[in-house]
Amino acid sequence: MSQINRIEGGLINRSKKLSFTFNGQSLEGYEGDTLASALLANGHRMVGRSFKYHRPRGIFSAGSEEPNALVQLRTGAYQEPNTRATVTELFHGLEATSQNHRGSLKYDFMAVNDLFSSFLSAGFYYKTFMWPKAFWEKFYEPVIRAAAGLGRLSGQDDPDIYDKGFLHCDVLVVGAGAAGLSAALSAGRAGARVILMDEDFCMGGRLNVETLSVNDQSGSEWATQALAELSAMDNVRLMTRTTAYGAYDHGIVGALERVTDHLISSENKPRQILWRVYTKRTILCAGATERPIAFGNNDRPGVMLAGAVRAYVNRWGALPGKRVAVFTNNDDGWRTATDLAAKGVEITAVIDSRDGQPPVDVPKGAAIVMGGRIVDTKGRHGIRSITLSNGQQIPVDCLAVSGGWSPNVQLTCHQRGRPTWRDDIAAFVPGGELPQGMSVAGAASGNLSLSSVLLNGHDIGNSVVSDLGFTPSKVKASSSEEETTGISAFWHVRESKARAWLDLQNDVTVKDVKLSHQEGFRSVEHLKRYTTLGMATDQGKTANIPALAVMAECTGKSLPETGTTIFRPPYTPVAIGALAGRARGKDFRPSRLSPSHSWAKEQGAIFVEAGMWYRAQWFPRSGETHWRQSVDREVTQTRASVGVCDVTTLGKIDVQGRDAAQFLNKVYANAFAKLPVGKVRYGIMLREDGIMMDDGTSARFAENHFVMTTTTANAVSVFRHMEFCRQCLWPEMDVHLISSTEQYAQFAVAGPNARKLLQKVVDSDHDISNEAFPFMGCGEITVCGGVPTRLFRISFSGELAYEIAVPTRYGDSLVRTLIAAGEEFDVTPYGTEALGVMRIEKGHAAGNELNGQTTARDLGMGRMVSKKKDSIGNTLSEREGLNLENGLSLVGFRPVNRSEELKAGFHFISKGNTANMANDEGWMSSVAFSPNLGHSIGLGFIKRGSERLGEIVIATDPLRGGEMDVEIVSAHFIDPEGERLRA
Amino acid sequence: MIINHPLLGPRDAAEFVYKGDASLINRPNWQADDAAELFHEYLYLRDNPAGQHRELWYHEQGDRSWLIVTRNTLTHEISNVEFARDVALAERPKK
Repeated sequence: MSQINRIEGGLINRSKKLSFTFNGQSLEGYEGDTLASALLANGHRMVGRSFKYHRPRGIFSAGSEEPNALVQLRTGAYQEPNTRATVTELFHGLEATSQNHRGSLKYDFMAVNDLFSSFLSAGFYYKTFMWPKAFWEKFYEPVIRAAAGLGRLSGQDDPDIYDKGFLHCDVLVVGAGAAGLSAALSAGRAGARVILMDEDFCMGGRLNVETLSVNDQSGSEWATQALAELSAMDNVRLMTRTTAYGAYDHGIVGALERVTDHLISSENKPRQILWRVYTKRTILCAGATERPIAFGNNDRPGVMLAGAVRAYVNRWGALPGKRVAVFTNNDDGWRTATDLAAKGVEITAVIDSRDGQPPVDVPKGAAIVMGGRIVDTKGRHGIRSITLSNGQQIPVDCLAVSGGWSPNVQLTCHQRGRPTWRDDIAAFVPGGELPQGMSVAGAASGNLSLSSVLLNGHDIGNSVVSDLGFTPSKVKASSSEEETTGISAFWHVRESKARAWLDLQNDVTVKDVKLSHQEGFRSVEHLKRYTTLGMATDQGKTANIPALAVMAECTGKSLPETGTTIFRPPYTPVAIGALAGRARGKDFRPSRLSPSHSWAKEQGAIFVEAGMWYRAQWFPRSGETHWRQSVDREVTQTRASVGVCDVTTLGKIDVQGRDAAQFLNKVYANAFAKLPVGKVRYGIMLREDGIMMDDGTSARFAENHFVMTTTTANAVSVFRHMEFCRQCLWPEMDVHLISSTEQYAQFAVAGPNARKLLQKVVDSDHDISNEAFPFMGCGEITVCGGVPTRLFRISFSGELAYEIAVPTRYGDSLVRTLIAAGEEFDVTPYGTEALGVMRIEKGHAAGNELNGQTTARDLGMGRMVSKKKDSIGNTLSEREGLNLENGLSLVGFRPVNRSEELKAGFHFISKGNTANMANDEGWMSSVAFSPNLGHSIGLGFIKRGSERLGEIVIATDPLRGGEMDVEIVSAHFIDPEGERLRA
Repeated sequence: MIINHPLLGPRDAAEFVYKGDASLINRPNWQADDAAELFHEYLYLRDNPAGQHRELWYHEQGDRSWLIVTRNTLTHEISNVEFARDVALAERPKK
């Protein structure tokens, strides 16, 4: 049987049949269907099981407010749980399955929960699983977790691509219903740059689902015409399938566009795009959402919102039932009866909670019950009959319920605006302060008749563009026939004995709200958290107001006094993938590659991430099976002859200006003003609080020109700090800074044969002999026949060493040239591990030592902090607490038993003391195996360290275990006199 | 948020790095008798107003200028944006 409930009419394309499956069953629908309309057309009333009680549930609404019809789409890695069937556009090959049942949808084993419902009331978890305490982790939690949730994640990486984008416009119109189209027409005709977005794939909003006419056309025809006019305007952008999900600071609006969700495959296009919309003004035309009335067993499949019932009939030609009753407290509910009757559907009854006369002509054959109440319903897998308060039973297979319409005020509240109550429409409307630049038009502002919506949208559109300086067009607003919109607030049927649902998604009943009140959770925010009312994917769009009304009744307060919970973004769910965009996995942040990267890769280098940089960690040679073999060899070869290491990643800052020297004198703690041209000096930078910030070198190439290096890790923050000093602290100084980290490729050439190697590449007119180019010298030279080069004679390894910098484009070529030229010296490239070993052997501090807690004094460089000048951190470095007699100092350590391996993170305890916090005297910051000494060595901080050389202390690691005796030694393990440097 | 850069016009706040209270531009005199006390106040004692706040932002993803932004901490409304350098120069004691 195919599409047994499909009738004539609607906005579907009957010439395009689409096949899809639901729980494996092959079904057919048409282009223009949603999954929900296609399921209804195929006679499927029951589409899922409820969250807590596993009750049979059907399609409840026809829009994004859907609490019930949550299904799982697609399979494998593309599987997506908890999607709303009501907004899922049907496509050929769609695979959907129902959720939250064990066994089949119809016979769910978990439905037993419903029998225990009296134990599962509000706060059940809080009350029940408190004891015995030990049971929580081992028993309760695993059981609850297994039973919880609705759909299932695939457990695989999301294979789709998500993008982010920025949009700019004068006027953003959110929602393309009658108000939105009118507003967009006004703004577009005036010449403003307009973006009109709508969450639906077919713009028009309620115009597509109502039978009201506009300008003597059908609503949908008028919408089509308006859209044609808008799309012909160059200044208007139409965005379907796009939800404005949040209103943010300064009028920025977040929007999610579902680009390929309606296609079987994304075909490498982004599936969704998260837009950040910069707009001068926003006109919110988000419409209104119908809410239900609570009565006994009002959650059965077939019980639907009245507006949704006629939407399925009018827009999709899909019949939710063949014998339909209406239960309403307002005139609009009657429209469902008259619309359906006009299509020949049997209306069995209209029950209006209000006394008096029917507001419209009574559909033929329908029982009319004014002042009526439904107290209960029957039907195991779908509604079969309703029971009125007078005991009368009426057979139905669909019940259309209307408790009135609530304007969609969500976005107006995202900047903490609170809505205000209007008694005449029994609803909250936007109130107080709206987000910057926002106006509200149409049903969202409480205009509930089509004629007022059209006029309001038109007028607001015009007034917004005139505010922006445009001249509104003279075209008049479109008009519609008059309609009655009377309502009398009615929230739940008190006479009902059976459970009456308020929140279908979270299984919250009237009783739960009353219980919450009884137990003291009376504020709406407490009510929400205690009962879970209004949580999850629908955020209580249909549930909140009726539930608040029940709470108001309990407390004896009015609804406006009771208030609403705070609305926060997103309006409808946004996938985490869309928020992440492309920033995931390896692309979470950019990768910075040094100019020697491809060369190093050819050498088989192992890379390590240093910030965003990839640096060669070591270069394994054939036969080397353990990293230590490679690193030991690199160190040995460098110290024996020569090695080359890429040091491009160190920050480079070009400092120029008449006051450059004075400026450096202020940002470095040690003196720089008198550094001669052609010399390099090691400098330490403090933070203003006296703690070490960074260290590095600065080379003076000319009177007014310095080149500074910083550590790799602090390159960005040091530059930022120096700009702060330059612009904010000493603005009168003539000094300018440019980051040149990426402009120069820089290599360390270290080892006794470093000079000999360099002499082979340096052009002959430059003398780099020890006399002409001594230790701590610098100069501008050329290499390889004219390549401009900066040469620095500085050493991190402790060997005779240089750093050679060429413009980045020569970097790859230079490293290849150096290695080729070094062949006769058995040159080795070395990576960051060997670099680390050599600096520890020399006792040089690095990131592990400059950890943001240590001072120059701790590092043994206290005397470098000049007291004769002002510099950042100078004054506060003299604080008592940073200058304690038993303060820390950086020293070297070696294991008493040389075969033992030191560990970074060891804490030091004096011999004879117990290893506890009170006796803690410091910690090991860096360790390495020294191939030159043949044992493990370390650097660390220990109280009064420099006075304790030769003392044996306990090094202990309570976290990972292990304890050993270590000897405090000088941090200079190799060449303490520095003779190699000056060779 | 959008920061209206004096030269570059409206820019997204994501291009900027925040530092804090604009009073950080008034660094004390290191030679004052009570320099330690002054620096302590300068570095640690700041107002945390609910309302108008003058604060430092750095246009790191832009022209690298330091700006003084006057922002209402309750509403994020930005009422004034100036170059910190201009403010610092204007506030210099006249020599």
